Amino acid sequence: MTRNVITTWIAFAVGIALCAVLPIFGGNYTLRLATTVAMYAVLAQSWNFIGGLAAYPSFATAAFFGLGAYISAVLQTKGVPLYWTWVLGGLGAALFAAFLGGAILHLRGHYFAIASLVVAEVLRELINTTPDLTGGGMGLNVPALKMSVGEQAQFFYHAMLALFAISLATAIFVHRGKSGFALQCIKQNEDAASILGVNAYAYKSLAFVLSAVFVGAAGGMYATWTRYIDPTDVFDVLLSVKPLVMVLLGGVGTLLGPVVGAFILLALEEVVWRNFLTMHAAALGVIIVALVLYLPNGLMSLVREIARRRGRA
Amino acid sequence: MNEALKLDVRNLQAGYGDVQVLWDVSLDVAAGEIVAIIGSNGAGKSTIMRTLSGLLPVKGGTFSIDGRPMADASAADLVRAGIAHVPEGRRLFSAMSVRDNLLMGAYLREDKAEIAADLESVYQMFPILADRRGQDAGTMSGGEQQMCAIGRGLMSRPSLLLIDELSLGLAPRIVDQLSDRLREINAKGVAILLVEQDVIAGLELANRGFIVDRGRVTLSGPAKDLQGNAAVREAYMGLGAA
Repeated sequence: MTRNVITTWIAFAVGIALCAVLPIFGGNYTLRLATTVAMYAVLAQSWNFIGGLAAYPSFATAAFFGLGAYISAVLQTKGVPLYWTWVLGGLGAALFAAFLGGAILHLRGHYFAIASLVVAEVLRELINTTPDLTGGGMGLNVPALKMSVGEQAQFFYHAMLALFAISLATAIFVHRGKSGFALQCIKQNEDAASILGVNAYAYKSLAFVLSAVFVGAAGGMYATWTRYIDPTDVFDVLLSVKPLVMVLLGGVGTLLGPVVGAFILLALEEVVWRNFLTMHAAALGVIIVALVLYLPNGLMSLVREIARRRGRA
Repeated sequence: MNEALKLDVRNLQAGYGDVQVLWDVSLDVAAGEIVAIIGSNGAGKSTIMRTLSGLLPVKGGTFSIDGRPMADASAADLVRAGIAHVPEGRRLFSAMSVRDNLLMGAYLREDKAEIAADLESVYQMFPILADRRGQDAGTMSGGEQQMCAIGRGLMSRPSLLLIDELSLGLAPRIVDQLSDRLREINAKGVAILLVEQDVIAGLELANRGFIVDRGRVTLSGPAKDLQGNAAVREAYMGLGAA
């Protein structure tokens, strides 16, 4: 291992450890926000695999999230141990992504985006038509945990943080490894990559599966956390849009961009929500347009630019 | 199948989706030979190249490398079998450095020491690439990019180099330089199959030529004979009979 790699892992361990002790200082409100940030960061980090590394603009995040949430919730009502339902929610979403990828990963650009966008709608209809198993449009109640409110806040925060840590560790492996290099080549020129012997289909599928597995598990945790899910909630199109916005905010294809983006988006949401209650969606839209126009490479590019200028001065 | 042939293409059919482009293409390249494919726009020249490097599926007929049938092989298998494709329009990884582009050519190889040696020999062949090794490939001139694309092809240690439109958008002086380099590469034993719209330059470089029209081979023979052929001179060179 080179020094650079060791530094990365030390920074990773220290960062996660610092986040883990937050409950000592924060109240329930802070923990709720922190849990949401961690969940957003999982969604953004996941989208970064397919959207950032491979540059395939996926809008399937909501589909994976909802699928994971329903798999996990249904299993919980059947009495399967909690952690297993989360794991199976993630694996179910990953398996679904593998099949879905076979069907739509040959499409490129806008065509891929549109194909991936309708998947959540199809799944939503599927849930609506199976009320016996999933509760249909009425939604599904998930068994409550036998914990106090304060304990639950801490439990879900730590669970979501652990999931984020796993997704970030996976991202570090992929970014540093051969698959990250291959995905970068596919992003820049898929034909050329294929000519040189890169199995583009396999690496795109890997990126798509990675963009699903942690999202599915996050959906499962979300179902347990909120104790009630319904199709419009967990297949909400915003769940597909927000990860993309967060990654754009932070920095496409970077390791820390998704986390930075998750923090900023939640901060913006809290501020905008309080002050523009009736038009928060519009305000969010304006921010997105401004970002794409003025900061197309995200905040991480700004940080790097400043560091570069300092280094030169 | 003749085992002495580097590449043997028999009645090849291929295309894009439902659109068939190649109807019946038969051609061959002997070991150590330079062969040119000549044809007008839309004749199917690039489609031949894309099929031979595994980017398009074979719909009918077959082709073999060193006597081994490869019609069902993946792009990676074809690279391993010795084919390197220098695609039309270069297709570099424009935001990656020249060095990384060249190293991508050796993507399937594991022999690190040998790769480093091959990188040096590419730098010796194209010294300008050594000067620009840290620069983004997309910021170079067209000729330099073509050198980088050829160098990237060589990094897989091919025995057959497919070159699609060597001269596209390049100054004649650069094309001459590149032709000289290709002769050097060929002298080291690498066979070359060349697609060229500049018919005069293509036949000048090649030992033999195949004329392709509307997805079929219509004429073939030694490059010297084709240069003197009245029909070829009129249709592709804009010249009268010799």
